Amino acid sequence: MIKFENASKSYAGVAAISNLNLEIEQGELVVFLGPSGSGKSSALKMVNRMVAHDGGHILFNGQDITRFNVQDLRRRMGYAIQSVGLFPHRTVAQNIATVPTLLGWDSSRIQARVTALLEMLAMSPEQFADRYPHQLSGGQQQRVGVARALAADPDVLLMDEPFGALDPVTRTALQLALKEIHRATSKTILFVTHDIDEALLLATRIVLLNHGRMVQVGTPLELLQHPINDFVSNFLGQADRGLKQLSLQAIAPYVKAIGGAEPPHAIAHTATLREAVSCMATYHVSSLSVADASGKIMGQVNAVDLLEKKHV
Amino acid sequence: MSDLQLRQQRTKQHGLNPLSLSVALLLIMAYSLPHSQALFASLFPDLARPVYLQEPLADLLWQHIALVLASSAVAVIIGTAAGLATTSPVGHSFKSMIEMVAAMGQTFPPVAVLALAVPVVGFGERPALLALAIFGLLPVLQGTLAGLASVPTPVLDSAHAMGMAPRHILTKVQMPLAFPLWLAGVRTSVIVNIGTAAIASTVGAKTLGLPIIVGLSGFNTAYVLQGAVLLGLLAIAADLAFDQLANRFDRTPR
Repeated sequence: MIKFENASKSYAGVAAISNLNLEIEQGELVVFLGPSGSGKSSALKMVNRMVAHDGGHILFNGQDITRFNVQDLRRRMGYAIQSVGLFPHRTVAQNIATVPTLLGWDSSRIQARVTALLEMLAMSPEQFADRYPHQLSGGQQQRVGVARALAADPDVLLMDEPFGALDPVTRTALQLALKEIHRATSKTILFVTHDIDEALLLATRIVLLNHGRMVQVGTPLELLQHPINDFVSNFLGQADRGLKQLSLQAIAPYVKAIGGAEPPHAIAHTATLREAVSCMATYHVSSLSVADASGKIMGQVNAVDLLEKKHV
Repeated sequence: MSDLQLRQQRTKQHGLNPLSLSVALLLIMAYSLPHSQALFASLFPDLARPVYLQEPLADLLWQHIALVLASSAVAVIIGTAAGLATTSPVGHSFKSMIEMVAAMGQTFPPVAVLALAVPVVGFGERPALLALAIFGLLPVLQGTLAGLASVPTPVLDSAHAMGMAPRHILTKVQMPLAFPLWLAGVRTSVIVNIGTAAIASTVGAKTLGLPIIVGLSGFNTAYVLQGAVLLGLLAIAADLAFDQLANRFDRTPR
């Protein structure tokens, strides 16, 4: 879907991105992760030519992006940024309708799309469609920003620290909303963040960058379990790397049949290892019952098993 | 309730709109002052002719307005066009030069511009028009540039990133968002020109400055008062009109 081939960009002789090689498949949610100045934002903006690369090639659907009409290219890629950038003089509905309007959709189709998107992002269309951006909270503005990026059903969604300015509760809600959108639409999403937890939560693949170079690429679990150098392990959080790993693994493979008395405390079968360990620590127990979706006890997990290495 | 509704409600509660009030007062004064011989004779008993009757004051008012409208129209068109031109890639490099030229125009005293214009275009309305147009240019230009600069960078970035053409970005994003500050520039320009147009009477333009200048040179305070009252009311009415216009388009976040 998107392929970087030795893509490079320098500003006044200083390399922002050097020789990036990466192939992104349809339906991936790739997170560009790295500290400030690592070039992650430049890498993202190179895809829709907001930043022009000055070396190598970037391919979109197999074709060099410089061969597209720049406006056509951008209309096929949704774009959401931290400061949202909603048009202050246009209503929520008009903001969301920006790209569909540019593409010449008829008004009934646009209206249906706006309504569907607002509903998908848990905002009542009757209540919000005719409001202006300054009448919304930060979280609502960013929801509209995401809806606007999705409006014309783009092939790719580019998101540059979209949730960076939100409070933790709102941020989590939007992260989960995005995860759900990704699951439901299987859109290709490129997401930039410096927040390791956000990356671990969202990514199907993480691209860790430092000083404009790609340091490691892999699934969240791969990066946590096999960091290739000290930079990676430090960046992922030396101290609680283990806990982060636990949060990425489900308890399912560790569930055993009840042996003896049923443990008094229960957790859902969809819980992560981290939740199980946390629950054990809270109640000072070494085993928990596991309940299925209907609440029926289906087995138990034991503390000693959870820390055992299982094949993932 | 929206800000707009609140504002409209407030206006209704006032009953009398200050704009209509000042316009009415201006017209009444312009047409009634020439007939107020008795009043001014009692106020200024030493003056042989206490009311300015050389020209009908109402005619001077209309000519004053026409001169301001014409010169401001020229200033607005040129100032806005020059400001908008700086958004184009070519115009951008001229931005500082355009600002400098306009600022230089402003440093000339209006009287000097008038005096310099006379040998070029002769006496009468034409040097006045030229001087006022040059004078009104800078506030419009500054308003345009400030308005364009007030468009938030993320908004512009989003517009580009969504694939809007530069032409659309200018007309659908930059111009509407620059409008309030542009209007403020036009307002300053027009108000300043209303005052400066009075001075244009020194080069033979017929404006409300005429009774003031005649009065000053002939030690006739009554003439000065009559001209100044009308001039002041005109400036107030124009300012209130801009105020209403600005409120109508005001959608800035609070």
